Amino acid sequence: MNDWTRIAPLDEIPRLGARVIKTDTMEIAVFRTSSDEVFAINNACPHKQGPLSEGIVHGHAVTCPLHNWNIDLASGEALGPDEGCTNTFPAKVDDGIVYIDLKHSARAC
Amino acid sequence: MKERLVLVGNGMAGVRALEELLKYAPDLYDITVFGAEPYPNYNRIMLSPVLAGEKTIDDIILNSRDWYDEHGIELHTGDAVVAIDRAARKVKTESGREVGYDRLLLATGSEPFIIPVPGADKDGVLGFRDIADVDQMLEAARRYKKAVVIGGGLLGLEAANGLMKNGMDVTVVHLMDILMERQLDRPAAELLKASLEERGMKFLMEAQTSEILGEDRVSGVRFADGSSIDADLVVMAVGIRPNIALAEQAGIHCERGVVVNDTMQTFDPRVYAVGECVQHRGVCYGLVAPLFEQAKVAANHLARIGIARYEGSVTSTKLKVTGIDLFSAGEFNEGEGDETLVLQDPAQGVYKKLVIRDNRIKGAVMYGDTMDGTWYFQLLREGTDISDMRATILFGQHDVGDAGHGDAARVASLSDDAEICGCNGVCKGEIIDAIQTKGLFTLDDVKAHTKAASSCGSCAGLVEALLASTVGEGYDATPSKKAVCGCTEHSHDEVIQAIREHELKDMRAVFDFLDWKTPDGCATCRPALNYYLLANWPAEYQDDARSRFINERAHGNIQKDGTYSVVPRMFGGLCTPADLRAIADVAEKYQVPEMKVTGGQRIDLFGVKKEDLPAMWKDLTDAGFVSGHAYGKAMRTVKTCAGKTWCRFGTQNSTALGVRLEELTWGSWMPHKFKLAVSGCPRNCAEATIKDFGVVCVDSGYELHIGGNGGIKVRVTDLLCKVESEEEVLEYCGAFIQLYREEAHYLERTAPWVERVSLGYIKSRVLDDEEGRKALYERFRIGQRFAQVDPWKQRAEGAEAYEFQPLEVAGQ
Repeated sequence: MNDWTRIAPLDEIPRLGARVIKTDTMEIAVFRTSSDEVFAINNACPHKQGPLSEGIVHGHAVTCPLHNWNIDLASGEALGPDEGCTNTFPAKVDDGIVYIDLKHSARAC
Repeated sequence: MKERLVLVGNGMAGVRALEELLKYAPDLYDITVFGAEPYPNYNRIMLSPVLAGEKTIDDIILNSRDWYDEHGIELHTGDAVVAIDRAARKVKTESGREVGYDRLLLATGSEPFIIPVPGADKDGVLGFRDIADVDQMLEAARRYKKAVVIGGGLLGLEAANGLMKNGMDVTVVHLMDILMERQLDRPAAELLKASLEERGMKFLMEAQTSEILGEDRVSGVRFADGSSIDADLVVMAVGIRPNIALAEQAGIHCERGVVVNDTMQTFDPRVYAVGECVQHRGVCYGLVAPLFEQAKVAANHLARIGIARYEGSVTSTKLKVTGIDLFSAGEFNEGEGDETLVLQDPAQGVYKKLVIRDNRIKGAVMYGDTMDGTWYFQLLREGTDISDMRATILFGQHDVGDAGHGDAARVASLSDDAEICGCNGVCKGEIIDAIQTKGLFTLDDVKAHTKAASSCGSCAGLVEALLASTVGEGYDATPSKKAVCGCTEHSHDEVIQAIREHELKDMRAVFDFLDWKTPDGCATCRPALNYYLLANWPAEYQDDARSRFINERAHGNIQKDGTYSVVPRMFGGLCTPADLRAIADVAEKYQVPEMKVTGGQRIDLFGVKKEDLPAMWKDLTDAGFVSGHAYGKAMRTVKTCAGKTWCRFGTQNSTALGVRLEELTWGSWMPHKFKLAVSGCPRNCAEATIKDFGVVCVDSGYELHIGGNGGIKVRVTDLLCKVESEEEVLEYCGAFIQLYREEAHYLERTAPWVERVSLGYIKSRVLDDEEGRKALYERFRIGQRFAQVDPWKQRAEGAEAYEFQPLEVAGQ
C-alpha cells in the first residue's frame, strides 16, 4: 500500500520544470512533464550529485545541469552510454493535487 | 504482410542503401539480396591494399553473414539475377530461383572495360574489379615475372603498385602523355611518375595497344607503332562501364547507365537504382562517395520518408599507394581568366596548386603534402570567398589565423562541419560527438560507430589526430555541427532561415514546421531555439525559462556544490566607494564565503544559496546595481584601461566610451558569451585585441577590432576599420553585434564565426553597405528595448518566485 503525502497543487510546479522538497535527510525533485505527468526523484545526479531539479526537462528525461547526463525520470536510471541511477518515489496527481509516497522509494540501484 | 524488397547486387552501394533503410525503418520490408560473387559485401576500394599484401580478404569484409542474419535478410551469394519480370514483379536467378518483389533495388555496379583488340580474350588478360581478379593476379605473380598494366589512371597505378609489391616486373602502358590526367595536372603527374619510377615501376607513355600476343596465354603486347613488349600478365584498367545488361533486358530506360531521377528512381517507379550502374543527370560515377550519397537518398524514399534528393556530387580523389600522398578535386586545370596559386618545393617533393575564379577555389591538386586537402575541398564546395587568406592559403589552414599550436592544431582548427571522411560523408563534428558520447578510444571504434575511415582509409590519419585531441580533453559543448541535435535533421542555418522566412514565433511552431522527432526537443536544441526565436522576434516571442540552462534561469552561475555566484554590473569597470561598500554589506549580510575580482574587471560573490538570491538582488538593486549577466550567453563586460584622465599615454575619452558601449549593449542575449574592451592607446592595456569587439583609441580616431578570443584557443582580432567619432563606434559595434546575433550558430563564439563566414563577408555587411549597417544597428536597438530589463530587479520584486523557493510540505 502506498502512503501518499500531499505535496502541492500541480499548478505550483512549472510545466517542463521541477520544484524541490527538502526532507530531513535529502532533497527530492518533483518534475512535471509537458503532458502533465509528475515524477519524484532524489535530487542528485548519480554522476556528481548535480541538482537534477535545475536541469532541462524533455520527454520523460532530465538533463543534469553540471555535465549533461540524461536521467530517466520514471526509472531514475542514466540514459544512453552513461551508467548509474538515483532513487525514485511513487508520485501521482489526484484532482489537481500532487501526492508523493515518501516512504516507499524504489531502490533499484 | 510486410512488403518485399529485393536487392540485386551485393556490393557497397546496395548494401549501404540497406543499412540506411534499416536505420529509418527496420521492419518495413522482407529483404532478399542477390550477389553474383560468392562473398558477403566487401570493400571493393580496398582491393588495392589486398593485392599489395597490406590487407587480407577478411579485413575488407564490410558485412559478415551474421549481419544479414541479424537483420533477417535473406542472402544468396554466387547466384546472379538473370532476368526481371516487371509485369509479374519477380526476379529470376541463374540457379532458377524466382523471388517476387514490391520494390526492387538495382545495384549491379560496373564492369572493367576490356579494350576490343585482337587477343583480348587470352588467358592472363584480366580486369581489376573483384576478389577473383585479385586471386588471379596473385596466382600469376607466383608463377610469372613480367606484367603489363594498360591504363595509367587511378586504378591502373594501384594495380601496378600491387603487382610490383608481389615481385613482378611491371610496365604501365598509358595512352596519354601524363598519368592520371583526369585527376592531375602536368607538374603533379610528373612528380608522381618520378616517384613511382624510383620504386621500380616502368612506363610507356603515349602508347596505343593494338594487339595482345600469344597462343592460349598472353605472351606480349603490341602497339600501334609496331613495337611490342613481353608480358605474362596483362591487366586492363582503362575504365569501367556501368553494368546495365539486366536493366536493359527488362526494358528499363538506360543510356550509358540506368537512368534515374533525383530520388534514385528508374523509369519504373517500383524500381530504384544506386551505385556505379546508375546515370544521374547525365553523369555516371565511379568513386565511392557519390554512391553512398545516392544510397542515403534511395533509402529515404524506400523508407517512405520521401524528402531527400540527390543532386549530383563534386568528387575528390586520393591515390591509395602507400607512401604517396596525392589529392585532387574540382577543376584542377585552369581555364581562361582563372588564376592559380602554386607552391612548388621539388626537393621535398611537394606541389600544391589551387585554381581560383572570382576569389573562390574551383579546383585543387596536391602532391606530397595533402593534409589540407580536406579544407580546400570544403572551401571549394561551400564557395567560400578566400580573398582574405590568399597570402597564406597555400601554407594550410593552420597558418590562417595561426594560434601557434603547431601540427595538432591543423585538425583542431577544422570547423565542425569539415568533412573528414569523403567516402562516407562523415564530418569532424560527428566523429567528435561519437568519440565523446560513446567513449571511443581506437580507430576501429570510430570506424564501427561513424563509418569514418572505413572505406578507402586515406583519412585514418586525420581520424587518429581527432581521437588524440578529443580523448585528451575534457567535456566541451561543441558548436555548429551539421544537424542541431538528434531531434532533427536540420542544420542551424536551416532552422534560423525557417524561423525568419516562415515567421515561426514560438517553439511549438518550429517543432511542427520542421518535423521535430521528439515531443519537447532536448537540452541541446531547446536553448538554441529559444535563442533564435528571441533574437528574431524580440517584441513577440515570450522567453521560455524552461528552455534555458539553469545559469540563465537563475541569473547566476551554478557552481559544483549547487550554490551560485553573483556578479553585479559595473559599467566600464568604474565604481565608487559607495558601490564597493554596498557590495561589501551584501557579502557580509549573506555570508558570502569568497569574493574575487574577475578577468572582466567585476566583483564576483561566490557560494550564494539559491533561496538567498532574490533578497540579495533586492539589496543590490536598491544600491543601484543591475545584473552583470556573467552567467549568460550574453553581452558580458566592457573592459577599460586607466584612460586619458590619468594615463600619460591616453587618447580620446576611452573610459567614458567603454561606459557608453556597455550602456548600449548590456542585457543583450547572444549566440555565446560576448566580451568588449576599450583601450586608450595602442599599448592596449584593456587587451582589446582578444575580445569579441575591441576598440583601440588612437590620436586620430578609433580602431575597431572583431573576432578575438582569449580562451582555449587564443585568436587575435581582425581589424574591421577605423572610424572618427564615438557615434560611429556605437553604430558599427551595434551593427556587428546584430549581424552576429542574427547569423551565427548558437554556441558559436565570434572567433570561429568570423573564420567560417570570412572577414570579407563581415566587411561587406558592416562596412561597405551603409544602409545595411544602419538597418542592423536599428534592429539591435529595437531588440535592446525589450532586452534591457534587469532580471534581478524583476525577481527581487517577486517574478518567478517558485524558481527560488522549495515546496513546503506539511509535516516535513
